[in-house]
Amino acid sequence: MTADRWRLIAGSLLALWLVLPLVPLAIWSFAHGWRFPDLLPRDWSLRAWTHVLTPGSGVLESLGLTALVAGLTTILAVLVGLPAGRALGLHDFRGKRLVLLVLLAPAIVPAIAVVPGLHGVFLRLGLTGTIPGVVLAHLIPVIPYMTLVLAATFAGFDTTHEDQARSLGAGPWAVFRHVTLPAILPGLLTGALFAFLVSWSQYLLTLAIGGGKVQTLPLALYSYAAAGRNDLAGATAILCILPGFLVLALVARRLTGRHPSVIGGIAR
Amino acid sequence: MTGLVLAGLSSTHPGASRPTIFSLDLAVPAGSLTALLGPSGAGKTTVMRLIAGLIAPDAGDIRLGGRSILALPPERRGVVMVFQNALLFPHLTLAENVGFGLRMRGLGPAEIATQVEAMLGRVQLDGLGARRPSALSGGQAQRGALARALVLKPDLLLLDEPLSNLDASLRDEMRQLIRDLQRDTGTTMLVVTHDQAEAVALADRIALLLDGRLAQEATPWEIYRRPATVAVARFFGGVNFLPGRRVGGAFDCALGRVPLPTQAAEGKGGDPASGPAVLTIRPEAIRLGPAGDGHEARVLATAFLGTQGRVELGLGDLRLVALTTPEVAGGLIPGAAVTVSLPAEALWVIPDPEGKALTDRGA
Repeated sequence: MTADRWRLIAGSLLALWLVLPLVPLAIWSFAHGWRFPDLLPRDWSLRAWTHVLTPGSGVLESLGLTALVAGLTTILAVLVGLPAGRALGLHDFRGKRLVLLVLLAPAIVPAIAVVPGLHGVFLRLGLTGTIPGVVLAHLIPVIPYMTLVLAATFAGFDTTHEDQARSLGAGPWAVFRHVTLPAILPGLLTGALFAFLVSWSQYLLTLAIGGGKVQTLPLALYSYAAAGRNDLAGATAILCILPGFLVLALVARRLTGRHPSVIGGIAR
Repeated sequence: MTGLVLAGLSSTHPGASRPTIFSLDLAVPAGSLTALLGPSGAGKTTVMRLIAGLIAPDAGDIRLGGRSILALPPERRGVVMVFQNALLFPHLTLAENVGFGLRMRGLGPAEIATQVEAMLGRVQLDGLGARRPSALSGGQAQRGALARALVLKPDLLLLDEPLSNLDASLRDEMRQLIRDLQRDTGTTMLVVTHDQAEAVALADRIALLLDGRLAQEATPWEIYRRPATVAVARFFGGVNFLPGRRVGGAFDCALGRVPLPTQAAEGKGGDPASGPAVLTIRPEAIRLGPAGDGHEARVLATAFLGTQGRVELGLGDLRLVALTTPEVAGGLIPGAAVTVSLPAEALWVIPDPEGKALTDRGA
């Protein structure tokens, strides 16, 4: 068999592996009772979707809240990641490896180990149960990704382009807007989309800091699942998955090929 | 109108122990094409970046058209720098690149399009405006970068090694283009180069930078004929240096008393008319003959250089190098005796009061 054929088979298996677990969720969201050992539900219903999509049920509100938290987290992560990534990607300085290690620490240390201490601090600051508190907590796992992706992007950026733009009459802001930003845009988008997704699907930190008052979609999903409402859980889960699929479809080409090594670029 | 004036300009790289540029004084006449020449590491690019405002000097002043531009940010200096690599912005088309500076000035799209079109035609890039930089050849990108700078009609255009990334065949074309554009627009240009032949062919005036200091500033012809120091002469391909003493209108050295032409005997500026000095003659000025009035010499080696022949000569302990036609060099056999004459008008004397110009290469 040819290599193309193998690739097709491998690709199909991968797609199945990704999609197959979602099938029962989809079925559940339209089921009106689905008991063992039936292969498919006996009755179908739109009840779960009607409930989920009815304003007041809390699910749409959760969707909006999740988008708000993920959006704020992404914006803040970009604001922190741009200067940090630039410094790490363009300059060699004493202690750079230490900074990289500290940056990577949240990815190495399990969040559950940090949560008790974090909760104590946030409690004292009055941030528990608030949206700003949840956003700050979400930045912990998000900033490392953002910074490292941007550092790799800046490592491939020739800053003399900025000097050239200045010399051609562009002020500092115009240089960023017309020269730097277009050059780093692919990396910036990748980092931002990752940040958005990590925040979007965050459960543990939202629960710990939000204390149930900041009810994001993963929390709503968990409460339905815990209550045994598989139909509502299925519908909510599909809402939850949607942005991930959209993002994947948008950035798939960027993630393969053009920027293969995200961290490799800064370890010069 | 006065052009560019550098006054006592000094600059030190961060972390470097000694300054890259030390107390540099230089005047670039308005409307001239001056070459800033020097070996790599002489600080030429640093001077460019100082003038462009991309780095700040430790001391000194930069004046353009009579006023100091030191306090102005790069975008308001009226100085445009063209970097060694064309540095076209990869996300913009050629036309958008050329129009970049005009857009920064807030000109309307129609006005920009007109000016860009005209400028693209001027650098022979008509019809390529819609291309991305990645679809341009090296020579086209370089011309695009030149157009992008010139369209702004800067008071001063800085060109950093504009020919170094081009093939030999494209260099002549580009050099001619730069000269033509300079003549047509009257833009004051300062061109950095490490290649003395390029500087001679391109510039009205040459400022030679050696070890962060201005070694000489003059016309190419004057530097070629009357180098200020042994180091300047060496940089311009000088190889024949005879230590000795100037005594009035003559020079005492291993060849005996050599009469000097008036201009070489006078001594420039405050140079003493007498004292230790170095006599130099260009290798291509030395005349070889079978006999006659001159110095007896022996051929040590010959070499064929393509368009010239190189002959190494021994005159007692003294060694001279002569460049002749390939035919003359080819007819000489190592060991043969020849007569060497040094035409008086080709002689030049470099004062050397301390007598160490030939031992201390950094002079």
